[in-house]
Amino acid sequence: MKVLEGRKKQVFRKGETPFEIDCEKQSLAGSVSQRACVFCGSRVVLYPIADAVHLVHGPAGCAAYTWDIRGALSSGPELHRLSFTTDLREQEVIHGGESKLYQGLIQLIDRYHPKAAFVYGTCIVGVIGDDVEAVCKKVSALKGIPVIPVHSEGFKGTKKDGYKAACTALMRLIGRGRTDGISKYSVNILGDYNLAGEIWIIKDYYRRMGVEVVAGITGDGRVEEIERAHGAALNLVQCSGSMNYLAQLMKEKYGIPSLQVSYFGFEDMAEALYGVARHFNDAEMMKRTQELVRDEIQAIYPKLLEYRKALAGKKAAIYVGGAFKAFSLVKALRLLGMDVAVVGSQTGSKQDYQLLKELCDEGTIIVDDSNPLELSHFIREKNVSLFIGGVKERPIAYKLGIGFCDHNHERKVALAGFVGMLNFAEEVYQSVMSPVWQFIPRPKQSVPMGGVQDEYSRTANP
Amino acid sequence: MLLRHTDKEIKERVALTVNPAKTCQPVGAMYAALGIHNCLPHSHGSQGCCAYHRSTLTRHYKEPVMASTSSFTEGASVFGGQANLLEAINNIFSVYNPDVIAVHTTCLSEVIGDDIPQILAKAKEDGRIPEGKYVIHCNTPSFVGSHVTGFSNMVKGMVQYFAESSGNKLNQVNIIPGWVEPSDMREIKRLAREMGISTVVFPDTSDVLDAPLTGKHQFYPKGGVTIEALKSAGDSIGTIALGHFASAAAAEALDAKCNVKYEILDLPYGLLATDRFIDSLRRMAKVVVPESINAERGRLIDAISDMQSYFYGKRVALFGDPDQLIALSEFLVTLNMRPVYVVTGTPGKKFEEEMSRVLHEIPEAKFKQAGDIYLLHQWIKNEPVDLLMGNTYGKYIARDEDIPFIRIGFPILDRIGHSYFPLVSYTGALRLVEKILGAIMDRQDRDCPEESFELVM
Repeated sequence: MKVLEGRKKQVFRKGETPFEIDCEKQSLAGSVSQRACVFCGSRVVLYPIADAVHLVHGPAGCAAYTWDIRGALSSGPELHRLSFTTDLREQEVIHGGESKLYQGLIQLIDRYHPKAAFVYGTCIVGVIGDDVEAVCKKVSALKGIPVIPVHSEGFKGTKKDGYKAACTALMRLIGRGRTDGISKYSVNILGDYNLAGEIWIIKDYYRRMGVEVVAGITGDGRVEEIERAHGAALNLVQCSGSMNYLAQLMKEKYGIPSLQVSYFGFEDMAEALYGVARHFNDAEMMKRTQELVRDEIQAIYPKLLEYRKALAGKKAAIYVGGAFKAFSLVKALRLLGMDVAVVGSQTGSKQDYQLLKELCDEGTIIVDDSNPLELSHFIREKNVSLFIGGVKERPIAYKLGIGFCDHNHERKVALAGFVGMLNFAEEVYQSVMSPVWQFIPRPKQSVPMGGVQDEYSRTANP
Repeated sequence: MLLRHTDKEIKERVALTVNPAKTCQPVGAMYAALGIHNCLPHSHGSQGCCAYHRSTLTRHYKEPVMASTSSFTEGASVFGGQANLLEAINNIFSVYNPDVIAVHTTCLSEVIGDDIPQILAKAKEDGRIPEGKYVIHCNTPSFVGSHVTGFSNMVKGMVQYFAESSGNKLNQVNIIPGWVEPSDMREIKRLAREMGISTVVFPDTSDVLDAPLTGKHQFYPKGGVTIEALKSAGDSIGTIALGHFASAAAAEALDAKCNVKYEILDLPYGLLATDRFIDSLRRMAKVVVPESINAERGRLIDAISDMQSYFYGKRVALFGDPDQLIALSEFLVTLNMRPVYVVTGTPGKKFEEEMSRVLHEIPEAKFKQAGDIYLLHQWIKNEPVDLLMGNTYGKYIARDEDIPFIRIGFPILDRIGHSYFPLVSYTGALRLVEKILGAIMDRQDRDCPEESFELVM
């Protein structure tokens, strides 16, 4: 298979090539990249704030493609699940969209009485030069709620820059609320999106430890909670790609320390709790935490061993958005006895990949900003039985006749927490062991009596 | 009560679209381009556009969807996207090796004013386009029209780039199927074959977006209209364009370029529209309709006669794309049902003209072009319906108002089957009536009191 010349340094084989992975680069023009844009990054981060209005300022497409596609659940209001757009047409492209934006905001706020409004800039707004900031300021003064522009013009960088724009927007909410009555043992949860109700599981663990959660900033979010997030004693950051920046800004402005955590897999989940207990340095809390971890794992472990029996020795490929998630997945798959043969991300940093390299076994392929052609090839080369990825990767896995697990926003069961590890094992098991795969023609090399070479065909690369 | 926010009172909303019943042009262009054999659709804009379109098409068709992007950066938005597109052409031909790159624009490249034909001419001049390979394009500004417009523009682009007239007429008919499922395109080809007619169907996504599972990831599956066939479209005896919004522009362009006469018909959903389609094929190719097709028609009418008493007077709300809605409304009237609310997000006066024609016997009917799903919900709140038909986004209304719901159109993100079973032709109409009857009867079984819960219905 041909890897694009400009991409060669974005593919690393542990033990075979020297480690000099190139990353955080703009995708090459013409590549079938799996990446998205700045707008996508911002929309993802702010989307779960359920009692705010989210108005997409641009043509209808950007709003239509992001309408209720993420299962970020809310325990109350569901305003975030509706799709609002200024639906810019030719006329506004010529004369500007400010007046439409102003009128749209007024109508929305009068109708829904939201606690705040976010206005997302799209590519076109960046080019026609609407002064979104000024419109927001005017509406905010008139209506008495925060109306916050999100500078998410699609072309102004990568999805990661979109995360940053969202963090900047969040900083305009944080600090507005009162912080009296907040416990000295308190945290904010950053970077959990409450997919399939995951933040509810995590919040319950912290509650049992005696820790107050002030704000779930990116999961089951509420404007008022976020406004008092600066009163928390500690920030817990999952999904480093999206939320490190906010933690950094909150540290600078409010002096709140932060802890990197992951809620996937036994090891990382337990550490996410122990880390908090250690931080607060409270012996009672540590004891409660140890009991919690022990109880949770004991309840699940026997069942997990059954799945492990079936899955041990099988190989997996991982291709996810942020590299931090990949670390947990490598460990979680190891717990199931599976080997990770291929691992990659859309937005990993050099440091992330360095860590991945140390975590992975010899021969593992590590790849940055990959494409379907490369991924299919690596999967076939390594004889993988499970692909973990997102929406665009699922049908590729199935076409290759292997199991798939969505570890992105289309997951339907909670994968976080101890119980999430069991759900993960079950999902992997049911997909990898599905009877359907036995009906698929296999390449000749995997037929024991064959002796004929792999006839893997790539019409794209004769 | 997800849509608890929908107001019953209808007020004029000019600056705001709530729950859009459309999306933007480029996704339509991408879908159309996938219907060319060995073609890689290329999105000339930011990376996100391409990712969103691929994700949406993947969710609907449940197939890998390949497309590349010019990966615009801040620099491109200032200096223009020429360098990106030229580099993309190099990279695509060297790595993905398609026969055709089908470029569509985005709002960004439109507003900064990239001149695609000029860039492609330069690519040709620089020798970036290998011998025997093609780069075609169409303009798809997202702030004009809808996804249907983008589809139409790409199909027109196919004609403009490929169709040739050699002077020798070929005994074949062009069929432009419109934005329908791979299964529908397969069915249209089957009908023509059954009538003994050679056709050029373009675009043709059968065997591209409904490919069998073979254990291989075919970057370019075997389906799609070939370049050779597209070239020969200029020599065909005639063109049948199915659906005014998705297909007329290409048929007109082909007539203008190669003098191929054309007929614009409704999408062949239901009895009457299929009759017109078969008749048009018959006249154009000068063939006799075979008995087998008459028998298919007979079976459909037989099924309708068995079901007619359940259909009578049922009020239906529909939303989606205009070509689908026009044909479907006509069929519902044939079934003695009452399509009372019809909303499309796609703008176009033609829609309202056609709906007035189709629904002239339904005086209470309301219909709107460039509307949104919020408005449809308001109408339903004011006076309920017995059945809702539309894409996946209808499920919110169906749940909140407790209305039986049939998924039809694009996108369908929560069910599987639309890409396998056609809705066009008599066979497709049979599937439609089965779905409609099933939805109505399931509701009756669910809601009726125990004493009138009947075994035989």
